[in-house]
Amino acid sequence: MIRSSRRWVLSTAAVLLAALWAFPVYWMINSSFLPQNRIRAEEPTFVPVDGTVAAYERVFDSGFFSALKMSAVVTLITVGVALVLAFLAALALSRFRFRGRRSFLVAVLVIQMIPAEGLFISQFKQLDAWDMLNTVGGLSLLYVATLLPFTIWLLRGFVAGVPLELEEAAMVDGCSRTQAFLRVTLPLLAPGLAAAAVYGVLQAWNEFSLALVVMTRPENMTLPLWLRTFTEANRTSDWAGIMAGSALIAVPVIVFFLIVQRRMTAGLVSGAVKG
Amino acid sequence: MSAPAATVPDERATLPPEQGGAAPRGRQGRDPRRRGLLPYAFLLPTLVVLLAALGFPLARQIVMSFQEYGLAQQFGREPEWVGLDNYEQLLTDGYLWTVLARSVLFCLAVSAVCMVVGIALAMLMTRIGRLPRLILQVALLLAWAMPHLASLTVWQWLFDAQFGVINWLLTTLGLDGFAGHSWLLNQLSFFVVAGIVVVWMSVPFVAFTVYAGLTQVPADVLEAAELDGAGGWQRFRMVTVPIIRPVLLIVGLLQIIWNLKVFTQIFVLQDAGGITRETNLIGTYIYRLGIGEGRFGLAAAASWFILLVTVGLSLYYVRVLLKEEAAS
Repeated sequence: MIRSSRRWVLSTAAVLLAALWAFPVYWMINSSFLPQNRIRAEEPTFVPVDGTVAAYERVFDSGFFSALKMSAVVTLITVGVALVLAFLAALALSRFRFRGRRSFLVAVLVIQMIPAEGLFISQFKQLDAWDMLNTVGGLSLLYVATLLPFTIWLLRGFVAGVPLELEEAAMVDGCSRTQAFLRVTLPLLAPGLAAAAVYGVLQAWNEFSLALVVMTRPENMTLPLWLRTFTEANRTSDWAGIMAGSALIAVPVIVFFLIVQRRMTAGLVSGAVKG
Repeated sequence: MSAPAATVPDERATLPPEQGGAAPRGRQGRDPRRRGLLPYAFLLPTLVVLLAALGFPLARQIVMSFQEYGLAQQFGREPEWVGLDNYEQLLTDGYLWTVLARSVLFCLAVSAVCMVVGIALAMLMTRIGRLPRLILQVALLLAWAMPHLASLTVWQWLFDAQFGVINWLLTTLGLDGFAGHSWLLNQLSFFVVAGIVVVWMSVPFVAFTVYAGLTQVPADVLEAAELDGAGGWQRFRMVTVPIIRPVLLIVGLLQIIWNLKVFTQIFVLQDAGGITRETNLIGTYIYRLGIGEGRFGLAAAASWFILLVTVGLSLYYVRVLLKEEAAS
């Protein structure tokens, strides 16, 4: 009796805490559908009763799509390049013994400890010197470098987890080394590559501070930069628009995250265990 | 290392770093010379990118920190060598120390709250039924998945002086002082808001990781402890904590590293609030010094602090972690 009533108390507490944690997300979506007179009322409106999508239309007219394009391009390039490079490096590190291997592994670990904020002044100057400020290439270069250490570490675990006998058996059966790799090993690595890709997409899509440093021109803004500028411009006048902008950036990520989260965590864990 | 049974892929042995750095070992049916160069070819692109994006800037940072490199140099004048002047100026300027102390304080306070709340939520998850647990987990995932800038924007709206729902709630509860209250204009309440935002964002990670650890704690051990008369708190301290200690240490380390270098949260809230000098932490301080004021030499010198402090802290922590692992 006491046990079950205690369980009820705990369950209620859990649901209340859930409501507390989810509230900002709910509030963003709710506010984005409210008309101006509801947003700027004495009493807040807790359900979007006179719902309207006018705020979204205002957002679409404010340079949202050019930022969306920029973010998409940078994310695609970053994740694509980072995956290929990290994969090759992981292959080298887990399938070969060579001089400098250990130093490289240590370097990969240490690099992950470097705080981005301790470097962005000199990264800014460096890109400036190479005329790469405000370019997709410049920002992608920095993003790839940020992603590489973790991605290498992750993929290394997966590559090490695929037994070499499988490849050798395929070669005995008449495959060339490349064929054996493509047909046998690569499919087994798919979960690892997927986990790394998901991680990279989230990082590149959400990143703010490096973009702030590197992309100084309005026409080169990524989505987070655009949202900041849009917020600054409309802070006093259009919170519905600002919330619509936030929702447009956040909701796809949230949906994506909810779908892949379990799989990704499983991937990360198994990679770590094997690695 | 050059075991004759090399055809047996001892992939386990690829893990411990002490196995590394050996000379290439021949496997049957492969050209050893090709294998000798191939790994380097595979690593080359990664090395090039890391050098370009991290190595060169790091070197430039060292050079710049010994130069007078301000706006005049930005427009073409040769930078002047000034030796340790930048460092001297920084170290004797009390402001750097204020910012450093403030950052450490903020980091420790926020990390502690994140750990306590995260562990409490994880414990809660183990005690409730499937449905409430799922509800709680989805809510936490929502907060976790939100892009930082979107979260910050939403929190600004929640804390908005005029139409924000938090001021409305506090006023409705009878705290009339909060009508039209600007949270970001006062140093203390600025950090309260920043702290709440950071805690909200970081707790899900702590809660999920600790929960994963807690599910590994065998139920019979806890039951045995209960039969022996251990109370709830005792069971937690004497049984659960020792078992999930490695998880707690790693999560704690990550919290400290992440919270020491909070940049986006502070930067965006500063933009929204107006006061910067009283609210700068290390990241925003360096940004405003370098890119804001164009004093790159000074900013480069200051960057070394954040690097040394973070890496020093992490290395210390990593050593503790390794010792723990060796002991267990």
